[in-house]
Amino acid sequence: MSAATQDTAVRTGRITRTFIYVVLIFFALFYLLPFFIMMINSLKPLSEITAGNMMALPKEPTLAPWGAAWSTAQIGVEATGLKPYFLNSILMVVPAVAISTVLGALNGYILTKWRFRGDTVLFGLMLFSCFIPFQIVLIPMARILGMLGLAGSVQGLILVHVVYGIGFATLYFRNYYAAFPTELVKSAMIDGAGFFRIFWRIMLPVSGPIAVVCIIWQFTNIWNDFLFGVSFGGLNAQPVTVALNNLVQSSTGVKEYNVHFAAAILAALPTLLVYIVAGRYFVRGLMAGSVKG
Amino acid sequence: MATARQTADIDLRTRLQDWLPKLVLSPSVAAILVFVYGFIAYTIYLSFTGSKMLPSYDLVGFDNYATLFGLSAWSTALINLSIFASLYIIICMAIGLLLAIFLDQKIRGEGLLRPIYLYPMALSFIVTGTAWKWFLDPGIGLEHTMHLWGWESFKFGWIKDRNMAIYTLVIAAVWQSSGFVMAMFLAGLRGIDNEMLKAAQIDGASNWQLYRRIVIPLLRPAFMSAFVILAHLAIKSYDLVIALTGGGPGRATELPATFMYSYTFTRNQMGVGASSAVIMLMGVAAIMVPYIYAELKEKK
Repeated sequence: MSAATQDTAVRTGRITRTFIYVVLIFFALFYLLPFFIMMINSLKPLSEITAGNMMALPKEPTLAPWGAAWSTAQIGVEATGLKPYFLNSILMVVPAVAISTVLGALNGYILTKWRFRGDTVLFGLMLFSCFIPFQIVLIPMARILGMLGLAGSVQGLILVHVVYGIGFATLYFRNYYAAFPTELVKSAMIDGAGFFRIFWRIMLPVSGPIAVVCIIWQFTNIWNDFLFGVSFGGLNAQPVTVALNNLVQSSTGVKEYNVHFAAAILAALPTLLVYIVAGRYFVRGLMAGSVKG
Repeated sequence: MATARQTADIDLRTRLQDWLPKLVLSPSVAAILVFVYGFIAYTIYLSFTGSKMLPSYDLVGFDNYATLFGLSAWSTALINLSIFASLYIIICMAIGLLLAIFLDQKIRGEGLLRPIYLYPMALSFIVTGTAWKWFLDPGIGLEHTMHLWGWESFKFGWIKDRNMAIYTLVIAAVWQSSGFVMAMFLAGLRGIDNEMLKAAQIDGASNWQLYRRIVIPLLRPAFMSAFVILAHLAIKSYDLVIALTGGGPGRATELPATFMYSYTFTRNQMGVGASSAVIMLMGVAAIMVPYIYAELKEKK
């Protein structure tokens, strides 16, 4: 992490350095281009898109496509725009993230500080659950949600995301707490502090960074989920990703590209904002989810 | 009397304290056992039944698997997956390694470039698919723009071409994940001891040799992790296909995940759908189980 102070052994000449900068900037453009194009075209009237050049800046910038994407665009059978689906996503994401993070923190605490026989196997089982292809649970989940009366409801989606979020949340907290000195916990136990008291007074105060990592990871994953949303969202609980797909894929009427782009950016905005504000933690979450199992 | 009660109290309290951790852990364990492993068992069971639109419980042996591997749609999906996965993994690693090595040369503006490379990872595949679908559309995207710029003979219609559409999937997926691979390699590079490199340099090693012989071999764990993550993402790919090509044109971009969904939920062949899901799980397990096992063993 000491990028500035680290003295790299590799020496590079002027030509090599220029080449390196050219390549790095080329790739920066490659990553930025699609989003840039979406952005400028979401501000054009439709006629300007179909007749003109996608790389051209808008001649008559308009916010109308954004308004349409948010509140009047035809999605499915109703002309509601993204608004109700955006709300569904929020109602789904907030409790799902909160519950899975709390469970993950408690699980991580138990698996590192209250160890018992078979805890590693248990953790292994939880870890594997992070990576299963969800196709393997779609059929029974559909039936269970139906039996519980949760099919096509936001509550059903919350349940699904909590269950399949436990693995990663536990992984984060377990690896984080594993580095925390167990002696402190032991001495608190000798002083008579109980299970929750230790968690509350000793573990929780140091859990800030990992909680942020976990919350961001869960938020991004659950907000961006499509498979569960399209399978279990029914008509009333569809999250914004499903609505965006329905909008873009709809085969009726004129394709309003500008509205599609505005909608795509709106759907991406929450995770993008989180990334801009707390990108460091986002990267840490990605790494913790992969490099260290 | 009082002391006896006190000891009993303490006994109860310690016993409660002994049980409390397991009690608190139990809802999560129950959820994982039922919703993950129970459901896996149920789907495996269904894959041996003659389930059509609804689950049924008449066992038919390996019939569904025989049907599955006899279907041209499934073999297409497997071939597509092998093309997609291998290109996706190789290109992501190549770009990721290149960018990581270049970024590691004390680059001015690293703090600006890194987040630019990584932001696609924060987007939903549906958003990525929407952007690329349009960019690759010959009628309005890149091809059209090149024509307007005067390059009349420019052609880029892969997304509408049965033989090339699978490569558009690779382009969009690489765009989304290569920055992440860069971050993994960069973390690996930053962990390498510089003294060792300096010693090699004093011995007269060129930059190329330095990377070829020392740095890249040292990055083995990062390669391993990147491979595991990318491979399991490739097997699970669903959203991107739906948003970018919808599996078309024809079946040109059908993958196991889209196959499973359509056979189970729209073609009412639940038994076949379940068997395809089992094959997908086996693919992921073959990659993840040794990896998780190694990681957990190392920790002990």
